[in-house]
Amino acid sequence: MTKTPGTPESSENKTNPLRRYVRPGLLPTIFCAGCGGGTVLNCFCRAVDELELDPKEMVMVTGIGCSSWIPSPYFLADTLHTTHGRAIAFASGVRVMAPGMKVVVIAGDGDISGIGGNHLIHAARRNIDLTVFMINNSIYGMTGGQVAPTTPQDVTTTTTPHGNVEAPFDVASLVAAAGGTYVARWTTYHVFDLVKSMKAALAHRGFSFIEIVGQCTTSYAKAVGKRSAADFLADYKDRSVRIKKAAEMTAEELRDRIVVGPLRHEEGAAEFCDRLHGLTERVSAAALSEVAR
Amino acid sequence: MNQRADYLSRQDGQTAFVMGDEAVALGALYAGCDFFGGYPITPASEVAEVMARELPKVGGYYVQFEDELASISAVVGAAWAGGRAMTATSGPGFSLMQETIGYAAMTETPCVIVDVQRSGPSTGQATKPAQGDLMQARWGTHGDHEIIALSPWSVQESFDLVIDAFRLAEAYRTPVIFLTDGAVGHFREPLTFPTYSDALTAPRPRAAPGELVFGGRAVPPMAQIGDRQNVHITGSTHKSSGIRDVNSKPVHDELVHRLVAKIADARAELTRLDVRQVEDARVAVVACGAIARPALGAVERVRSQGHRVGFIRLVNVWPFPGPRLAELLADVECVLVPEMNLGQLNREIERFVSCPVVPVSKIGGVAHSVDEIYEPLLSRVEALS
Repeated sequence: MTKTPGTPESSENKTNPLRRYVRPGLLPTIFCAGCGGGTVLNCFCRAVDELELDPKEMVMVTGIGCSSWIPSPYFLADTLHTTHGRAIAFASGVRVMAPGMKVVVIAGDGDISGIGGNHLIHAARRNIDLTVFMINNSIYGMTGGQVAPTTPQDVTTTTTPHGNVEAPFDVASLVAAAGGTYVARWTTYHVFDLVKSMKAALAHRGFSFIEIVGQCTTSYAKAVGKRSAADFLADYKDRSVRIKKAAEMTAEELRDRIVVGPLRHEEGAAEFCDRLHGLTERVSAAALSEVAR
Repeated sequence: MNQRADYLSRQDGQTAFVMGDEAVALGALYAGCDFFGGYPITPASEVAEVMARELPKVGGYYVQFEDELASISAVVGAAWAGGRAMTATSGPGFSLMQETIGYAAMTETPCVIVDVQRSGPSTGQATKPAQGDLMQARWGTHGDHEIIALSPWSVQESFDLVIDAFRLAEAYRTPVIFLTDGAVGHFREPLTFPTYSDALTAPRPRAAPGELVFGGRAVPPMAQIGDRQNVHITGSTHKSSGIRDVNSKPVHDELVHRLVAKIADARAELTRLDVRQVEDARVAVVACGAIARPALGAVERVRSQGHRVGFIRLVNVWPFPGPRLAELLADVECVLVPEMNLGQLNREIERFVSCPVVPVSKIGGVAHSVDEIYEPLLSRVEALS
């Protein structure tokens, strides 16, 4: 049965106006109770709504992992759910060929910074106009709680039963250093800041990236001995520090803290597709005038 | 203004002396290719170089990515955004692309993957030709699927056949493997350009609003990104609406059986063979790609000595034209299969014929000489009399 987008079903919430951004017939989501994914979807719908973007002019590109399920299938727009790690690469092909579309990647830390890390840094280097929201839950959740490139040192996971010997990736700093022109980090505690930041990222022309520290109430909860979403959010609240304040703190003081806020925001930098499309325009015009001669 | 027509018609009917790899790229321009994502690799780099030079002239986009994983991924993304998309690589890069080739098969994405085969395994003899990827083209990605693979033997055919590859990719909504090799890719031969026509661009059937994009018929029409239909594309098992359903045996059955059948059932239509003098042949030589050239030379020489020998060249390797080969080879007493690997094509032929199938394998990066096929062919046919 085809449903009109935005028409709530009897068993689902009839009052939330953001429901019109959700693909009909699929709620409730498959997320575990307390998962940060729902908060991210909520914030994202709100950002799209406040910016008055037309979802029909948006395409959601995702990879493999729990966080990829935030837009796919829940957000009602064209959706390309890709292979593990390659969402940004698929999205780059889409962006080149569909210049009228807002191309948004939502995926997890393992997908974006682990298996797909190379695509992340090169997309940032190109400053290609993609909006990437990476949910960092510090673990491979979908596969059952294995260590991730973002897992803090000494944490015990199913594949670090004796503790993690590796240091975690500071992914937002990596993207800023690689050339991303809008880079921020927030947590699922900072929902109002996150919506504002998502709006800035979506409005930005160039490579925009938000690392969203979010809770995995199943696998990571087990790894660190936390039980509920509330525990996680309280922890994010306690440990987070605004980037301006962080600038005045020592490395020792910043240990185990989550630095939140915009790390980089540079408007007007040359964007990849603008340059590529411009090149084709220039070269084809020259070729045709050569033929005419 | 049609940039492509205006630019390409300048060479209507003209002949140029070009390399096989170059002909692949030029053919793609005629087929309507407007996106190329690639990564340098010997002996396929010339395809990318010509695309980088020529594609913008016809209004298309060339992007060199950070690796082959990104290249094939961007090609699939570009195809869904409306592009006629291609990449070109060789063995090691082809291996890296396999996962996403499976994704393209599962999501029914039309695209062309050029594999200029080189000697392996691994880095092997990086600059030398081989035919070691026949089975990788068929079975390289995991899971059940069928694939279309075409194999040219000359510069002119590299050009003509790549146009066919784009057309088949759209007609069957599938990745098509263009299985050339380092020898054909680096041959320099005359290439005669056709009269440009927009009709050479492969047409893409598009879904009307509400029409099923992932089922309902053997080859469903596409809804592209930007068509305002909220198309949902996933490599997970999905219903005909595109929405994931990974726990239902009937859904998986229906999807994968359809993906296999849409190509397997078109085997006769997809069969492309170059058949010479097999009507009365007692021994036949069956080959593909570069090695079909010395194979034909050997057959002609043995024929001229009064022996009944024939020649079949596989222009499409996959889906395997076995049933047609079985008909053609029904009365043949022996089949010789020269190939630049240690036995891939010969085993596939064995499944369809009742007579002995004799491999004439050669590896090491040098193609068979005519003599190297002539001698075993002559001794086989003489042994029969």
